[in-house]
Amino acid sequence: MAIDNVIEARDLRKVYQMGEVEVEALRGVSFEIKRGEVVSIMGPSGSGKSTLMNTLGCLDRPSSGEYVLDGEAVASLNDDQLASIRNRKVGFVFQSFNLLSRQTAITNVELPLRYSGATEGRRDRAIEALKAVGLGERMTHRPTELSGGQQQRVAIARAIVNNPAMIMADEPTGNLDSKVGKEIMTLLLNLNRDSGTTLIIVTHDPVIAEQTQRVIRLRDGLLESTS
Amino acid sequence: MNLAQAFLEALESVNGNKLRSGLTVLGIVIGVAAVIAMLAVGRGAEESITGSISGIGTNLLFVFRGGADESIRNERPITLADAEAIADPFAAPSVEAVAPILQSNLEISYGGERTTVEVNGATPAYFPVQNHELTEGEFINEEHMLGRASVVLIGPEAADTLFGRHDGITGETVRIDGQPFRILGVLASKGGGAFGSQDNLAIIPFSTAQARLIRRNTRDQVDILLVQAVSGDAVLMATEEISAILRQRHRTPVGADDFTIFTQQDLLATFQSITGILTVFLGGIAGISLLVGGIGIMNIMLVSVTERTREIGLRKALGARRRDILIQFLTESSLLSLIGGIIGIMFGWLISFAVGQIAVASGTAFTPVVGFDAVALATIFSAAVGLFFGIYPANRAARLEPVEALRYE
Repeated sequence: MAIDNVIEARDLRKVYQMGEVEVEALRGVSFEIKRGEVVSIMGPSGSGKSTLMNTLGCLDRPSSGEYVLDGEAVASLNDDQLASIRNRKVGFVFQSFNLLSRQTAITNVELPLRYSGATEGRRDRAIEALKAVGLGERMTHRPTELSGGQQQRVAIARAIVNNPAMIMADEPTGNLDSKVGKEIMTLLLNLNRDSGTTLIIVTHDPVIAEQTQRVIRLRDGLLESTS
Repeated sequence: MNLAQAFLEALESVNGNKLRSGLTVLGIVIGVAAVIAMLAVGRGAEESITGSISGIGTNLLFVFRGGADESIRNERPITLADAEAIADPFAAPSVEAVAPILQSNLEISYGGERTTVEVNGATPAYFPVQNHELTEGEFINEEHMLGRASVVLIGPEAADTLFGRHDGITGETVRIDGQPFRILGVLASKGGGAFGSQDNLAIIPFSTAQARLIRRNTRDQVDILLVQAVSGDAVLMATEEISAILRQRHRTPVGADDFTIFTQQDLLATFQSITGILTVFLGGIAGISLLVGGIGIMNIMLVSVTERTREIGLRKALGARRRDILIQFLTESSLLSLIGGIIGIMFGWLISFAVGQIAVASGTAFTPVVGFDAVALATIFSAAVGLFFGIYPANRAARLEPVEALRYE
């Protein structure tokens, strides 16, 4: 049972201290995501969508509640342990790509491997990942020499290079025109289909949400629906 | 992430913003160059002074009238008779030679040229004791002494001032304090030194000085006794022997000497401590500029951390631990100051060399010495500056929360 679920969230709460006022961004959220599932998280701004994403991506700890990612209880880990979890189990894809502008595509893709302590075969794995996203020809280009779609492909290659348990994509098509956006979505879905990597897409675009198997809707820090 | 990678990344980052890196490095370059140059100048000064003190003669003692204690009254002058007593090999076996001197600054003139020089009335013993050599002519001998001859040995600098040259002037007549003196010879140059030039002097027979130029209240009075010990090790013994002789002759109570004996070692020690303080002082001032350079590094690293907040957030999202970020920024700041240190050492060496050349061109024998220890000190210090001033910015980068850092615009 536990093996089938990549994500198990139990009563996740997150409280921010904004000066004198306490703001509850998450007010008890529970759900599961199965291995290989494609899920989108939707919700208006202020719904706790970003907070949930940060928590699921192990960038932040919940104030209370339980969170098990790929069999590991994450909620109580320290910063370095979280960093290690992020490195091994989570592949991030951001709206604004977040590539190192002075580095080549291949060096960007290698970056997670550097932090995982892998010393051998890094370059080969990076090349493999770039080929998987269809960028075998442009590996030595810098981000400034690539189009938006190509940059996002580099970012996706970076996300999959360490064989993570899930890919966490935050508005992956938000900075792209609709045609290129469709290509990126197709690529992400194909990667999910081919390798079975769980895909979580945070979006407010209903067209994208339609392409996922399940939609988790948030409102005011609470789960509205999970279908 | 291992150190070699961190180093390569730091190199890329430093290289990516050449102007800024260059300006930051410049602060360290100036600091290190100043330290190197100042230490070199201080060291050079020390060697030059030590050299010139050694040039005065070897194993020398100077005996003056007057004790260290101000309260002693009726100080008796040092006399020729004292000199003879000290020269007695049975009373003072550690003494090799004694040279009594009468000393005064007098005007010397030739034609329309005039200058003031240090005139020494000296005996023939003076020349070996003082390591003097001649470029032409002959030394003062006993005959000149007995005859109170009006002859003078002239230093090369005084000769240049009067004649515009320092050769071929033997036999010319100069006037000292209005009285005519025939030039007997020209002294070889000893170069400039701690006491001003040792070449701007004139030496006349002691008896002549005593009778006609440098009169003193007491008959047979001597200004300074130059005493040469038989060897360097005998200097201390010689001091004891001379003290015993003078105490007996001057009938001074114990502990109330009316004379002072100063050895060359004392002189060396004094000047070495002075140049030591000078070096520390100059080095300290230069060190301040290195400190300022370090603050420049800290400033730029802080700007860099702020500028790269998103990058730091991304790296953390991809699995960088605090340590990885810390190492990344520390490597970068150390690299900046290391580059500055290396350029600074070369630059400092160049400055030292230039100072040496200027000194040579202006006729002062003075060579700044860039010591290995100064180079090592500058390297270690500049790397330490980079590390120290990198710690705060690097720590700030390492402590950034990934969520906040990623959201940073």
